[in-house]
Amino acid sequence: MQQLEALTREAQGLAMGRGPLTGDEAEVARQMQICNACRYCEGYCAVFPAMARRLEFGKTDIHYLANLCHNCGDCLHACQYGPDHEFKVNVPQAMAQVRLHTYTEFAWPRAFGGLYQRNGLAVALATAAGLALFLILSMVMAGTQMGQPLAGNFYAIFPHNVLAWMFGIVFAYAALALGIGVSRFWREESPGAATGEATAEAVHNALTLKYLDGGHGKGCNEESDAFTLARRRFHHFTFYGFMLCFAATSVATLYHYLFHWEAPYAFTSLPVILGSLGGLGLLIGPAGLLWLNLNRHPRHGDAAQKPMDRGFIALLLATSLTGFALLLWRDSGAMGLLLAVHLGIVMALFLTMPYGKFAHGIFRSAALLKWSIERRQPSRLRLGAD
Amino acid sequence: MDDSQLDVIVIGGGNAALCAALMAREAGASVLLLEAAPEEWRGGNSQHTRNLRAMHDAPEDVLTEAYPEEEFWQDLLKVTGGITNEHLARLAIRESSRCRPWMHKHGVHFQPSLSGTLHLSSTNAFFMGGGRALVNAYFRSAQELGVKVRYNAPVDTIEVENGRFVAVRVGNERIAAKACVVASGGFESDIAWQREAWGQNERGEWPADNFLIRGTRYNLGLPLKSLMKAGADTIGDPTQAHCVAIDARAPLYDGGICTRVDCVSLGIMVNREAERFYDEGEDFWPKRYALWGRLVALQPGQIGYCIIDAKAVGRFMPPVFPGIKTNTLEELAREMGLDEQKFMATVNAFNAACKVGTFDHQVQDDCHTEGITPPKTHWARPIDTAPFFGYALRPGITFTYLGLKINDHAAVHFNGQPSPNLFAAGEVMAGNVLGKGYTAGVGMTIGTAFGRIAGTRAAASTGHIHEAIHAAA
Ligand SMILES: Cc1cc2nc3c(=O)[nH]c(=O)nc-3n(C[C@H](O)[C@H](O)[C@H](O)COP(=O)(O)OP(=O)(O)OC[C@H]3O[C@@H](n4cnc5c(N)ncnc54)[C@H](O)[C@@H]3O)c2cc1C
Ligand code: SF4
Ligand code: SF4
Repeated sequence: MQQLEALTREAQGLAMGRGPLTGDEAEVARQMQICNACRYCEGYCAVFPAMARRLEFGKTDIHYLANLCHNCGDCLHACQYGPDHEFKVNVPQAMAQVRLHTYTEFAWPRAFGGLYQRNGLAVALATAAGLALFLILSMVMAGTQMGQPLAGNFYAIFPHNVLAWMFGIVFAYAALALGIGVSRFWREESPGAATGEATAEAVHNALTLKYLDGGHGKGCNEESDAFTLARRRFHHFTFYGFMLCFAATSVATLYHYLFHWEAPYAFTSLPVILGSLGGLGLLIGPAGLLWLNLNRHPRHGDAAQKPMDRGFIALLLATSLTGFALLLWRDSGAMGLLLAVHLGIVMALFLTMPYGKFAHGIFRSAALLKWSIERRQPSRLRLGAD
Repeated sequence: MDDSQLDVIVIGGGNAALCAALMAREAGASVLLLEAAPEEWRGGNSQHTRNLRAMHDAPEDVLTEAYPEEEFWQDLLKVTGGITNEHLARLAIRESSRCRPWMHKHGVHFQPSLSGTLHLSSTNAFFMGGGRALVNAYFRSAQELGVKVRYNAPVDTIEVENGRFVAVRVGNERIAAKACVVASGGFESDIAWQREAWGQNERGEWPADNFLIRGTRYNLGLPLKSLMKAGADTIGDPTQAHCVAIDARAPLYDGGICTRVDCVSLGIMVNREAERFYDEGEDFWPKRYALWGRLVALQPGQIGYCIIDAKAVGRFMPPVFPGIKTNTLEELAREMGLDEQKFMATVNAFNAACKVGTFDHQVQDDCHTEGITPPKTHWARPIDTAPFFGYALRPGITFTYLGLKINDHAAVHFNGQPSPNLFAAGEVMAGNVLGKGYTAGVGMTIGTAFGRIAGTRAAASTGHIHEAIHAAA
């Protein structure tokens, strides 16, 4: 008993002693205080059970809960204290605002965190256009081969090694920046070591988008209080499409360096099949997500972040569209230009990865792992009625 | 829909109204639902609920163990002190064992009892997302089935001729139909009516002036009043209500569940005179919470102060507003505006009277007081560990019990005779089952059972027979 009380006090002290809250964080703390006294939404997702293990909400708790929220909208439409009530509870919105703030604060290097704030369609498209232009220019330098039908020989335009280096470096940078960012988030308050069981659960929850199922399997809310699995499915198309494209590139790289089989590969080859399937996913998924995003209930999430969401979706769509264009016309005179545009888009995608919407996947996965670890630990609280 | 052809009007937009509208529509009747509130406030008190008490003979999806009819009935008998109608009560109880698949069909999802409510896991089925999610689901289903819904449509008059329903009036508009279900809730939101019912006490106060309404502001009881004027038979006492002690800082309306303060059994309760007035540890809190509203209503100024110390922190559901927190009891008295000396005398007397054994909040433990009145019979521990916390509490009215007398067809009565085409469901007839007292989740049980019956019977009175009647026949 004594120990329990000491632990409870310690928990409060810890939660309190992490510096003053920002306005957005204080708003989450205020709303969590209301939710914690209500708890009706406990069945929808992990945020509420995680909240119920706490009595007060300090900075680190808020950052964790914000990244655990999938912005599914269920608790907004179900809330008896919603925006029309004087309590003005809108959990997904408050969480979204803090999420952006965590990405910004944990960004590496810190100075680049500001990119999240101004990360709109504009930034994404400007990067893409700039890069495409840069690539076209470099080809102009490459000279006369531009505009010739080259039978799909990409490397006649860009030597393979140059491409591998360019993309290798950018990818490594993105991975490093995101890795540092997420480890900052993790270390802010580590829940302890991950067991195999906890890790497996978190991986499962992330890969199946468990918390977009509404807790009852009917999905989440989009333009109204009706439940739909559309977002979960389009996100699956997007994510697995992305992974297939990634696999296609990896296989191609192996072919190149290990077996010295050079592109272009046949339509029936593994890289082309993987890439085509992935590309299809990256067409259907982002198109669906964009449509959902445009039709979302106006009270969902943080309107200020829509440009960031749409910018990322647009880049993904552009990636698959230009990829298919390249595949279709790789034997024509337009190949050089198409290749440049495609590479420019992919480059922009990679470059903006650590400073845009992509980060949500990394931070959310980390939060899910935190939750899987935390929920296996005994709660510090003993609420009387239990 | 040509209004002269309209079969059933349902008055209200909460659980009972929606159950009635859905059943009537399923039977094939044309249905118009009139909700007083605007769309964003639809759903009355039902949108604040979290569960329904449900009979079951074996574990079901979210319900553990068994809760047979007899046990449910005994619980009801106990809390009402026998002021109930056994026939109607048992009807509602049996209905509660059958209604959940139907609710699920209309989009209501259930979840296991919420954290902090384990004691209800064998008796109450919780709605995922709470009552608002339930109300949303029913409205979606109603829309899909073709129930016509109008918001901002408060019915102020119900026209009755010789016990037959004729039409309703919404302001200047008159809407006729072949049958009607009244499911417009109690009259709790009409503070003037409650003021009149409670009257003036021996201290010259009007207690109802200090009441807070836990739910909707739209349950003004206009249809009830209109029917009382038309000579409908009523049941229940206008001062009887479900009434709990809630945080005094709660909004006047719609404070809902989160304004309750669940630490009374862990500390002491004093009134404005800084005196204790009831045994805080008489029984488990969930069995006693509905008593304290009335107890506080009877105190001077209709206010009570719950006092706990650091030992209670983390042992009760966190309240929505933080308590007044101080390092000494004297400061606490001052900050709460209580007479410091009297307060200290009360606390010191209590502390000295505590016979602490083995504290255990999960059972009725042996920590009790000796030699003070009122005693604290369980969980009594001295209030002596800083920081100290204080919460001011006021009576929070959940819903009133005065209502329309009905029979097992939910028919409204005039001079002891059931109306052929006017029915009532929900709070507006809950007094038939709840003469006084309350047990968690029974409001939704009554509303769902009689809502479904009323809708079915209203449709039947227009020639549309629901398959549920065929099945029962
Ligand atoms: C905070 C709170 C928590 C509760 N929790 C639970 C719980 O967990 N379980 C439980 O069983 N019970 C609970 N109750 C009690 C429960 O809310 C009621 O028993 C139940 O909802 C009654 O349903 P109803 O449809 O009769 O009334 P309501 O849901 O109140 O619906 C009445 C409807 O009638 C409308 N109306 C009123 N006047 C008019 C008019 N003149 N014309 C047209 N429409 C009108 C209102 O706008 C409203 O839509 C709770 C109550 C509150 C306040
Ligand atoms: S979102 Fe609203 S209904 Fe859900 S737990 Fe929070 S306060 Fe309660
Ligand atoms: S929006 Fe969805 S994921 Fe986020 S807290 Fe609400 S229910 Fe959970």
